[in-house]
Order: sequence, then structure tokens, then C-alpha cells
Amino acid sequence: MPDSQADIDREIADIATAVAKAVAGGEPEPEHVSRDYRPYRSSVLRHPHHPLILTAEADTELRGPVFGVTDVTELDRDLTRHHLGEPLGERITVSGRVLDRDGRPVRGQLVEVWQANAAGRYAHHRDQHPAPLDPNFTGTGRCLTDGEGRYSFTTIKPGAYPWRNHTNAWRPAHIHFSVFGTAFTQRLVTQMYFPGDPLFRYDPIFNSVTGEAARQRMIAQYDHDQSSPEWSLGYRWDIVLDGPAATWMEEGR
Amino acid sequence: MKPTPSQTVGPFFGYALPYAGGGDLAPAGHPDTVVVHGHVYDGAGDPVPDALLEFWQADPDGGLDGLPGSMRRDHVDGSFPGRDGVRFTGFARVATDADGHWAIRTLPPGATGPGRAPYIAVCVFARGLLQHLYTRVYFEDGAADPLLASLDPARRATLVAGAEPGGARRFDIRLQGDRETVFLEFR
Ligand SMILES: [Fe+3]
Repeated sequence: MPDSQADIDREIADIATAVAKAVAGGEPEPEHVSRDYRPYRSSVLRHPHHPLILTAEADTELRGPVFGVTDVTELDRDLTRHHLGEPLGERITVSGRVLDRDGRPVRGQLVEVWQANAAGRYAHHRDQHPAPLDPNFTGTGRCLTDGEGRYSFTTIKPGAYPWRNHTNAWRPAHIHFSVFGTAFTQRLVTQMYFPGDPLFRYDPIFNSVTGEAARQRMIAQYDHDQSSPEWSLGYRWDIVLDGPAATWMEEGR
Repeated sequence: MKPTPSQTVGPFFGYALPYAGGGDLAPAGHPDTVVVHGHVYDGAGDPVPDALLEFWQADPDGGLDGLPGSMRRDHVDGSFPGRDGVRFTGFARVATDADGHWAIRTLPPGATGPGRAPYIAVCVFARGLLQHLYTRVYFEDGAADPLLASLDPARRATLVAGAEPGGARRFDIRLQGDRETVFLEFR
């Protein structure tokens, strides 16, 4: 029998209780996602059992791939202009800065996004959710960060969608982000959520980040100053990359 | 500043992140081209058909500057014409196919310093994997390399791409289980 939402809720609560107890006992609140998070059933067979090997001897990983004007087009950042017509849904802009742990801007690096349409359907053959495809929306975009580490996308607010983790599983609305830092060790793939989503408490992927403050860092803020009159609603979301950066590159480029 | 947590790449990245020629690092017809390929397996030994792999490496001279142009776009129609066929960018991105298989065609990385064994850095993403994993493809089981030397032989073997008849190199990635691949962290 498939798990019910109540089964998943119980598992999420049990893990949250254990984390709260550890924090009360003096352990730091978790900053990262837990790879081994049973309420997200697909993680069970897809996380390593061996501890990761800490590697001091890295040089390749302290550098990283380079992207430039040849790798993006001007239109890539506006997901509403990839087809002849206007996509359906609530037009939004999502913008913010990409920073490293020391708060320094990550300049000239590639940011990629992908998302469901306003009805909660991906333009992907394997997404069989019976919600309409939008012929005017594919849902992929990319841009390079500017000299201050800023990125910006114009898109449509994605819808929530069902999945098969358990019975009646629904993902809160989200935009998938892929971000490169100045070092391969700073690579990040994550999901940006929207404030006040009622589905947060039911979603094992969102709750796989077991620290409350850390979960908040995945949620964008509505920013009225970023809204354009009679055009779009504005959201702000800053991204902080973890992992060592090659600090000597500060002088270089 | 506190880092933004990772989330899984999910099942539907396939129309967004992979691109035509993503695994074709080597200029077409380059005589030194080496094929590196393998499967990704989960903890039950089943192939993982929805993984995404990224590769980053030194050029054949050991240079780590990289070059843009890995996912070159046509600025007229927005299509992906592929790389320019001349410059070696050092970066590759491929998704696994329905059988959990992947392949790249690259030039062997050069040593990045004296006494260092050349390797290709790998970043593994998949549905079900909440944060990516790093590993390395080595071409020789060089005991001089500090990382390889620190591992017992069975685990070390998971990082070395074996030579196949015909010259291709085989590198399977096991996310969990008996012959689990060595995954790395950097602080
Ligand atoms: Fe999604």
C-alpha cells in the first residue's frame, strides 16, 4: 500500500524532533540538506553510505568552467518571450545576487533555471500530470551574473504539481536553479520557493533541509519595488554559494 | 554568510540542462580523443536513468583556465550549434540515457603540477540525490597521488577508469552499496 500523507508527516515530524533535540543539546542547526532523508523515498537508494573523503589536495576543483557571451543569448533571461505568443499565468521577475560565503559577488557566472508552467506542468515527456501544456511557455532560461553578481529573469509564476512520493503528494511552487561559482567546489543546484506556500509542511523535499533558518534561505521575498506597474510582480532571492573559492583569483579576474 | 541549501535536480531537468554536444569536449577528429563512459547505479544495483553528470578538467598541457563556448548558442535563432570545434573548454555535461549510460569524448587531462596524477573532476546530480556528489576519473592507479594513496585498494579502484579493448575508458558510478564510488568533499 502506498504511504499516506499522514505517514510522511509523521516521519518528517520525527526527524524534526530529533534535530531540535540535538540543537537544544548544543549542536549547530543544520545548514545543509540531508542526503539521507527517508521521507523523500527516492533518496533511500541514492545516497552514499560511506562518509565523504575530505580532500586537501585539490587544484582542478578549485578552478571551474568558464562561460561567456557565446553561451547565452539576450533573450534567454526572459522566459515569456521564447514563443510567438504570451504565456498564460502571473508574470513575475525573479532577481537577486550570487555571493560567496564571504559576501563577495560571484561575477560573470552562469545561472540556469527551469520550471513548470502556470498550471503546474513541465514541458517534459515524462510529466504526465493532466494539466494543460502552454504552447507559449517552455520554462527554461539562463543568464550570466553581472559585475555585482546580479542575475534577473522574467517568467511566469509556476503552479504546484502532484508527484508520486506518496498518496496525494504535491510539490510547493518552485523554480529550479543551477548556479556556477568561480570554483567547481561551489557548484549549486537548488530550488527557489515562494513565500507563504501552504504546501511547505507537507513536502519532503523542502523539509529535507532540516534547519528552519536554512529552509528560509530557499524562499524568495516579494519585493514591491521590483514590481513593474501594470506588468509584473517582483521577487528577490539572493544565493550564497558554499565551498572553497580560489581566493587568489580575486586578483586575477 | 550562510549558504543556500541544495535541493535535488529532480526528474525534469532533461529539457533544461543537457544540450547537444555536451559530452564532445575534444575537437572533432582529434587524434588524442579518448572516450570515457559508464553507467550510474543505485544502491540496488539498478541503472539510474535520470542522472546528470558534469566534468571539469585541465587541458592536455595541465592548464586550468578553461574557455567559454561549452554551450555555444546561435544568436540568430537561439539554437545550439555546438562548440566551435577549435577551443578546448574543459567542461562537459551529459545526462544518463534510459539505460543509465553516459559517455564523453575528451582529450586526456595534463598533470597540473609535479607529482600530480591527472584526473577529470566529476559532479553527479540525480533525482533522489538531494545534494550533488563529487568524484574523480583517474586514468592510472598512481600510488603517488595523495588521494589515491590514502585509500585502500578496493575503494581506490572505484576512481580509476579501466582501459577497454579499442581504447575506451570505463568508469561506472555506484551511488551506494558494495562497490560504492569514492565521493569527495572540499572545505
Ligand atoms: Fe520541479
